[in-house]
Amino acid sequence: MWSSPFITTPTSVSQIMLRVLIALIPGIALYVWYFGAAILVSLALASITALVTEAVMLKLRNRPIKPFLSDNSALITAWLLALSIPALAPWWLVVVGTAFGIVVAKHLYGGLGNNLFNPAMIGYAVLIISFPGHMTHWISPQELASTGLSFAEQLNYIFNGVLPAASALDAYTMATPLDTLKTQLHLGLSVEAIRDMPIFGYLGGKGGEIVAIGFAIGGIYLLLTRVINWVIPSVYLGTLFAIAAIFHLADPTHYVAPLFHLFSGAAILGAFFIYTDPIGSPTTRKGQIIYAAGAALLTFLIRAFGGFPDGVAFAALLMNICVPLIDAYTTPAVFGKKGARK
Amino acid sequence: MRPLFKFHGGVHPPTHKVESTRTPIARAALPSKLVIPLHQHVGNRAVPTVQVGERVLKGQIIGRPEGRLSSAVHASTSGTVSAIDMQVVAHFSGLPDLCVTLIPDGKDEWFPHSGVDYKQTAHSELRQRLRDAGIVGLGGAVFPSDMKSYSHKHKIKTLVLNGAECEPYITCDDLLMRERARDILRGAEVLRELLYAEEVLIGIEDNKPEAIAAMRQAVLDDGHGHMEVIAVPTLYPGGGAKQLIRVLTGIEVAAGVRSTEMGVQCFNVATAYCAWRAITFGEPLLARIVTVTGNVERAQNFEVLLGTPVEELVAQAGAKPDTYKHIMGGPMMGVDLPSASVGVTKATNCIIEAAQSAFPPPEPAMPCIRCARCADVCPAELQPQDLYWFAKSKDFGKTQEFSLFDCIECGACAYVCPSHIPLVQYYRFAKSEIWQREKEQQAAELARERHDFRQQRIEREKQEKAERLAQKERAALAAKPPAPAPLPVAAPAADLDNTLQMRVDADIARSNMQMRIDAAAARAKEQATAEQPKNTDALTPQQQAEIAEIEARRAKFHEIASHSGADDESPKHS
Repeated sequence: MWSSPFITTPTSVSQIMLRVLIALIPGIALYVWYFGAAILVSLALASITALVTEAVMLKLRNRPIKPFLSDNSALITAWLLALSIPALAPWWLVVVGTAFGIVVAKHLYGGLGNNLFNPAMIGYAVLIISFPGHMTHWISPQELASTGLSFAEQLNYIFNGVLPAASALDAYTMATPLDTLKTQLHLGLSVEAIRDMPIFGYLGGKGGEIVAIGFAIGGIYLLLTRVINWVIPSVYLGTLFAIAAIFHLADPTHYVAPLFHLFSGAAILGAFFIYTDPIGSPTTRKGQIIYAAGAALLTFLIRAFGGFPDGVAFAALLMNICVPLIDAYTTPAVFGKKGARK
Repeated sequence: MRPLFKFHGGVHPPTHKVESTRTPIARAALPSKLVIPLHQHVGNRAVPTVQVGERVLKGQIIGRPEGRLSSAVHASTSGTVSAIDMQVVAHFSGLPDLCVTLIPDGKDEWFPHSGVDYKQTAHSELRQRLRDAGIVGLGGAVFPSDMKSYSHKHKIKTLVLNGAECEPYITCDDLLMRERARDILRGAEVLRELLYAEEVLIGIEDNKPEAIAAMRQAVLDDGHGHMEVIAVPTLYPGGGAKQLIRVLTGIEVAAGVRSTEMGVQCFNVATAYCAWRAITFGEPLLARIVTVTGNVERAQNFEVLLGTPVEELVAQAGAKPDTYKHIMGGPMMGVDLPSASVGVTKATNCIIEAAQSAFPPPEPAMPCIRCARCADVCPAELQPQDLYWFAKSKDFGKTQEFSLFDCIECGACAYVCPSHIPLVQYYRFAKSEIWQREKEQQAAELARERHDFRQQRIEREKQEKAERLAQKERAALAAKPPAPAPLPVAAPAADLDNTLQMRVDADIARSNMQMRIDAAAARAKEQATAEQPKNTDALTPQQQAEIAEIEARRAKFHEIASHSGADDESPKHS
């Protein structure tokens, strides 16, 4: 005997998470197209690490392994982390980041649903603080690379640290467009001059801008399937655009155009996949607006004035901390207990 | 077109209404026996007025109303009372209740009865007739209708007639409106008269076009000037009284507020129908329309004598073998019947025969991922994810802060929850715990008062004793001149001193005690005024009745709460 309701919608946590994974696929496909297959290796490494550490932690915490391992949430952490860090990096980099995210940020906080911070972003933060050197070598887009690495050579570097004879990693990698922008601005160049450099495309970085569009397509799929709602992505991107526009209009030589902010770095990925993580975001509509606007502000401030090239991850973590407070102050009035409503 | 209002949230579960609307209402066959519970309504259980072995006639009172909030229970047909005992009834708790078992004689012989013209009859008599006829809310709340047909000191503008029938599967009101629209409206006219209401708004969900057409036609045919049939959007729980009132009038009736205070009263269409029969023909409530659907050969609506065993009713719709549970009511708020042998009651609007295919057992609960889909659909605009969190951690103060008692238990939250958390169970659990605690607190308060009183009495007695003693001493002193006393001279004086000292001490003690009592009383008063109104204070009689029943379920909730899902701490080495 159980009690009402006796029917439920057929949705499940694992189905929701699966849709998020599916939504990442267009972006990943474009990533492979523009930057080569190395990303698939880091995605695989991250996935295996996430599943193994998840299973071990569930076992240690005396929880049922099967329902939680099949909820797909660990895979989201893995994929988001792999997509946030350079693909051409020693194999242990993504493994350490993923393991830290799953073990510390997720399970030590109580597992699925109880983590205060986005585990993937915690993994990213740990890596960029602990191994900054490895985090700056991004594969150059294939159209720019004079000498690309074959997939076998990439594997050889990832697992053995061996590059083809008489070549340096720098020959195959570069800094991200956001990083380049920041460095060159420090060197006194104007935004206009910097944007003429070959790594920049129409919107953001060459290749990267197309990948961002791929993530946006996935994001629209999530909106249409109602996995996420429109509030966080639109408020985040809108606020980021608005702030960047204000600075750009005030001083176009030092502040890059707003569209560049949207299509470079992890802004699109963040808008649809990171900030929308329900566990670390507010549950109220008003709260989601505050959260997304705050995240956009922090993203811009870190990008424009901070020490790190991109601000998406730290903005996510900083806003994660604020969620309980935001929720507490934005709880809406209940039926019959608000002022006259039309 | 009348402007309609919206309520927040709501869900669109598959309606499954077509199955049972293909054939007209059929009269259910006379069952082999009738098990008629004496407590089919909100309020006090009716008191049996018949003896075992007695022959009763159709419509004869077998249970008389007890107290103000109660309703009469009648013999649904003529026959012999074979037992008056505790039997399992159609209730969630699975607890037995007092029932009259009647063996029909097949003659269906009526008890003498007659109706009145409501226009020529005093309102008080009309209400008495409703009460004696056992008319209660047939939408499921079974609140005695006589108690609802007052306008009290509030001016009632609108009578809302609820024909929304928002729960999936249920079609009894739909069919009733299609077939007996005129009598429904006549009943509504009687209720309107009793309430002095200006208008009658009849809300019907727009997935019932036949019922809407029939009711509109009846309004025209009988020239009901101040009645309007309004098609409301199909959205569960749009048939909840508060939601329907909101949609039709824009008024939001908060928890703990009576809708009459805001100028609205709400009755179900079937209630209006039965009220009409009761007033005009003197027919008590003996039968009701019940939808029999789900896993049966021929889903349809029956007019069923109250007390008909559910299994005998279901058999007439062609029971199928793989039914594993019988749900009374709809799939969103219904009750899993403890047995198929329970009798149909005034609250039985629908029986769903559930097979595993359509009603699979609940999946194991996963942790809440804070997706807030529950908050999106909550018609009370609550934050179900927070309420769940607090209820689970037994932080009942917080649940109240988050308006737990505004929850109408419609089940929309649990319906959409991707983690399959039995949210409503958690809310029921928290509510029953809070009611229990407040009851205990009231008991403790009473005990404290008694204790204070006792202390005061003991003090007073001590004081009186001391005074008596002092008097005795003084009398002794006066009687015996101190001169010849061989004892030390100082003694009497010392004695006197002592006595005086005792009196002073007693005085001080008394005033101290008085001060403390006063202070305590003041504190208590301060607390009482500072405290939020308690949930046990503003109870509707419905809730009061529920509380008693909920008590019985508490043990079960504890069990549920202790192993509710995969995310809970599993007991180590168990």
